[in-house]
Amino acid sequence: MQLKKSKDMSISKLLAVATSSLLAGTAQNVLAVDANNEWQVDSAVLVYSETDRVSVVEPVVSTRKKIGDDEYVKFQIVADALTGSSPNGAIKTDSVQTFTSPSGSGVYTTAAGTTPLDPSFHDTRGAISGEWEKPLNEKLKGIFSANYSQEFDYSSLGIGANLAWDFNQRNTTLTTGISYNLDQVKPVGGMPPGLSAMPTTTSVSKSKLGDTDDKTIAALLLGVTQVMGPMHLLQLNYTYSNEDGYLTDPYKILSVLDNSGALRGTDPYLYEKRPTTRTRHAVYLKDVKQFGEDVLQFSYRYAWDDWGIASHTVDMRYRYELNGKNYIEPHLRYYLQDKADFYYYNLVDGNTPQYASADYRLGDLSTKTIGIKYGHVFAENNELGIRAEMMQQQAEGDARFPDTDAAIIQLNYSFNF
Amino acid sequence: MTLKVLCLGILSVSVTLAGCSSMGVKPWERSHLAQNKMQLEPYKLDSFLDDHIYFSKEGSSGGRGAGGGGCGCN
Repeated sequence: MQLKKSKDMSISKLLAVATSSLLAGTAQNVLAVDANNEWQVDSAVLVYSETDRVSVVEPVVSTRKKIGDDEYVKFQIVADALTGSSPNGAIKTDSVQTFTSPSGSGVYTTAAGTTPLDPSFHDTRGAISGEWEKPLNEKLKGIFSANYSQEFDYSSLGIGANLAWDFNQRNTTLTTGISYNLDQVKPVGGMPPGLSAMPTTTSVSKSKLGDTDDKTIAALLLGVTQVMGPMHLLQLNYTYSNEDGYLTDPYKILSVLDNSGALRGTDPYLYEKRPTTRTRHAVYLKDVKQFGEDVLQFSYRYAWDDWGIASHTVDMRYRYELNGKNYIEPHLRYYLQDKADFYYYNLVDGNTPQYASADYRLGDLSTKTIGIKYGHVFAENNELGIRAEMMQQQAEGDARFPDTDAAIIQLNYSFNF
Repeated sequence: MTLKVLCLGILSVSVTLAGCSSMGVKPWERSHLAQNKMQLEPYKLDSFLDDHIYFSKEGSSGGRGAGGGGCGCN
């Protein structure tokens, strides 16, 4: 299929190209235009900023090229720089608190009545990935991928394979996929033994199990996509994953209170400890429906795992066409989570469980996101977009935690060369 | 509360499925489905960056595909 560059492609040509593309493609993931001999480039810069906490800048460039009949290669490179403060897991108290930094060579303090935040939180991450999409026969497509990422205290290497089989006149697509990741953790200051005491002065050495440890993640996907009508798609996925290895956050601690409710005098803070395995499940439903020229994207996910976490996620985007070249897309997302079995706001002296974490991300939690995107289409595969969103996280039913508020700004630009 | 939300999800699925009296289309009826905005993930970088944000901030993740890891995400 050949396509000439044109800023004003007629509707009839566009429909012809679109139809022929679909006849050759699958029920899902079919694009109207293939730019032969050109790289399709998608780029974006994300700025994520929490009030008084973490800020992230993350640029991404993704390129895709057709190398044969319905055969594509794709490469992606990502960088992110993260600065700011992150909750260390300790509770706020009526007095000043002193903590040692992860390296053990410095200290930081938290004022009375404020949630303790570790100010030494910073990271730089680079990630690359490649993907090869190849038709295996007329109705079967394979997608094979590999990825690698590196942070100063974490690295990850992964591979994956997906198969998509079309049938029922290409109205139904069955998808199955597997992936395997081998990650290595190399915390600053080494890995503290779980539930061991965090030194409160630099004169006491931090005990550690070692400098590095591994974790593996194996995942399986089973999915079906159904064309429901000329303007309606439905997708249902089930995913399963198994994590094995070092799953603890080496920088998080818990406060230990005595019977009077005050921090105990000796070893008031313990490093957290999580199980070394985790099995996760998720059921994901996505509905895409067109109303006139507008498109509603709705998804619902129910996820649960053997740590006791269960969550519901509802996501909705409505693309409202202003004219042929411009659109706006409001976005709403709501997430609700039940806590992990080993989540504790704090521990009590003399009652130390087998596993414990005070990481608020493992507690009863809700996230609300509201945002809007504006897009301008210059031509096929040549588009500019900007989105602005506000995110708020709340500890459900626990007023002791302050809300986490974040602003999200993202700029996108897509083009061919 | 969890049960109510689950029931609401199941009800949404049921209504969606019940509303589809005839599933599937003929090849010549695919012009709308061919548009980029009608793909399951029309803007993959948006999805990718959203996944990174929520993977870092919430206890659950995934669902769209097989994959995981790749981030310490403290």
